[in-house]
Amino acid sequence: MSETAAGRGWGGQDVRRELHSELLEINMGPQHPATHGVLRLLVRTDGEIVHGVTAHIGYLHRCAEKIAEGCDWRQWMVYTDRFDYLAPINMNFGYAVAVERMLGVQVPERAEHIRIICAELQRIASHLIAIGTFGLDMGAWTPLLYCFREREEILNILERLTGGRMLYNYFDIGGLRFDAYDGFERDVLAFVNIMEQKIPEYDTLLSYNKIFIERTADVGVIDLATCLAYGCTGPVLRGAGVPFDCRKDDPYSIYDRFEFDIPYGEGEQGTVGDCWDRYMVRMREMYESCRIIRQAVDALPGGPVKAEDLKKLVKVPQGSLYTRTESSKGEIGYHVFADGGSKPFRTKVRSPSFSNLHVIEKVGPGMMLSDLVATVGSLDIVLGEIDR
Amino acid sequence: MQVMTDLFARIFGDGLSSLGLLVAGGLTMALIMALVMASCAIVFTWAERKVAGFIQSRYGPMRVGRWHGVLQPVADMVKILGKEDIVPRDADKPLFMLAPFVIFVGSLMAWAAIPFAPGFIAADLDLGLFYIFAVSSAATIGILMAGWASNNKWSLYGAARGAAQAVSYEIPLALACIPVVMITGSLNMNDIVIAQQGGIWRWHFLHDPFLFVAFLLYFVASIAEVNRGPFDLPETESELVAGYHTEYTGMRFAFFFLAEYANLFLVSCVATAVFLGGWQPLFGPVFLPGLVFVIKAVLLVLLQMWLRWTLPRLRVDQLMHVCWKVMVPLALVCVLGAGIWMLATGQAG
Repeated sequence: MSETAAGRGWGGQDVRRELHSELLEINMGPQHPATHGVLRLLVRTDGEIVHGVTAHIGYLHRCAEKIAEGCDWRQWMVYTDRFDYLAPINMNFGYAVAVERMLGVQVPERAEHIRIICAELQRIASHLIAIGTFGLDMGAWTPLLYCFREREEILNILERLTGGRMLYNYFDIGGLRFDAYDGFERDVLAFVNIMEQKIPEYDTLLSYNKIFIERTADVGVIDLATCLAYGCTGPVLRGAGVPFDCRKDDPYSIYDRFEFDIPYGEGEQGTVGDCWDRYMVRMREMYESCRIIRQAVDALPGGPVKAEDLKKLVKVPQGSLYTRTESSKGEIGYHVFADGGSKPFRTKVRSPSFSNLHVIEKVGPGMMLSDLVATVGSLDIVLGEIDR
Repeated sequence: MQVMTDLFARIFGDGLSSLGLLVAGGLTMALIMALVMASCAIVFTWAERKVAGFIQSRYGPMRVGRWHGVLQPVADMVKILGKEDIVPRDADKPLFMLAPFVIFVGSLMAWAAIPFAPGFIAADLDLGLFYIFAVSSAATIGILMAGWASNNKWSLYGAARGAAQAVSYEIPLALACIPVVMITGSLNMNDIVIAQQGGIWRWHFLHDPFLFVAFLLYFVASIAEVNRGPFDLPETESELVAGYHTEYTGMRFAFFFLAEYANLFLVSCVATAVFLGGWQPLFGPVFLPGLVFVIKAVLLVLLQMWLRWTLPRLRVDQLMHVCWKVMVPLALVCVLGAGIWMLATGQAG
């Protein structure tokens, strides 16, 4: 049994003690406030100590991959929106990049820049939810409301841009569905200015709060070996101390033109790869996203937002391609098979949350029940993307 | 109660025997206390939502009652009265139905010994402080009953946590009050307040450094005692759904709420009486004693709300750690230090 519950700070309790009680099986979910959606965790506990966790998924399965076989290439974009409903634009981005690479289409400059602005705004919005709900799991209500306040601004910008507040369906194969509105740059810059001031506010309220650190440091440590074994990506992998990010290490779109750093966990408050590190990676990524947005807005050129040589009904040449992009949760991969027709032959989505979630079965045993909630919260899973 | 019996004696003259006076006075006081309890629950649910709203940059209730939703608690009460009273099929029915009232009664009984103003105390007991701690422990039994009888694993968790927490935190809570008892030489709540006469520098929390620490200890322990954030482990809505009252609906649920806010005010009243001079004003002669007392207690309640909406929650083992390894030793040091201080300054009798 691991020693994760034997923290160095306050408390800390030896889980290998002699006194045991009968194991209790509890269903945490599918309706439970801490499971972030319709996840069902079957938890076996001895008092407050967790002895085993099994994640049961599939409550949100909507056959999206199968549906792709009946849609034409452009139509399936709508379904990608519904994977990670907290970051739909990042989902769109991956699919658009995958199909464009197979087609060999050049996306216009203006479209690329707007895409990146949207994707980074969306990343901030998604991280805000992750941070807010993680705080909520720790019993801190107020950060959640603060996060929603800032997220609201992003939603307003995206609403003005796309018409939707949750699911945007804005990206299209070969570009965007329509151009940005007048004043888009101004709104985005105004938001970025606000956002950069608000991040220190979250830090004082939550990140460096003594109780918060006690609850998250040294808790739910996911080391590099575990990450590699389970295929964890995104903030979970970066929290384990590896500065790996598809935007830098396997660049797509025009990310290679922008300057930004990849934050990673250094074990400042405890062990490398604990909940605090994962949380802090997200916090710092929001800064980096703001940097990217500023550069993209500065460099935003004019011109069309759609590739002009594309027909309405796209026909993708025969072949298959795996494309990975960095969503807010991790590496979202689209493995697309084309038979030369107007419909995909098969699509397979590699979901980052799916890989990230199942680590819980490895790190869960030996924790206290509250730490299990903290760890699940720090993984930042979205069930829509796990089940598809 | 003296006030009431005097009043009745004046109204009825010799028409009532001394026993009749006692019964009539007691009943009136009990009624007043129950009303105070109910009204403080009503006021504080509204205040809590407004405070939370203020902290979280939103409004809170705004519609009912024209001005800032002042009638929202009334609307909630009416709604909750109309709710179905569900008893789960596999619940232990008698225990399940009884539990909310056990918690409520434990809280109500403690109100008897709170001195709101000179003479305005339901039961002027010589063991007042001791009595308050004794009867407020009854709430623990209620929590255990509710959690066990619900036959829900989450409720059971909440109950086990709640019982462990309440039993543990009673110790630093009571220990923190002992230095005051040493100085006053009495457990009578009236005597404790009267001993603090003469402006803020005579209040017990400024008596000496040890008492100041004791006051802080009492304040922290009292938050844990009433199961509020950052010590709201029996409820922990993110882990245990709603803790020991997960299965409760309608009026029974409302009783848990009523007891929670009444307890919140109760511990603040005790802190006011024991450490903050009770009805004594900041300076000068006694002026509107009841109002001064309530203002002090309400300020403490607001402070507790502020803490709840700012801080994250502790883990259950950290909670125990803070209690047994930090607060209890510190409280013992305070008792010892206050004793030495009294010897050194020649206050010891």
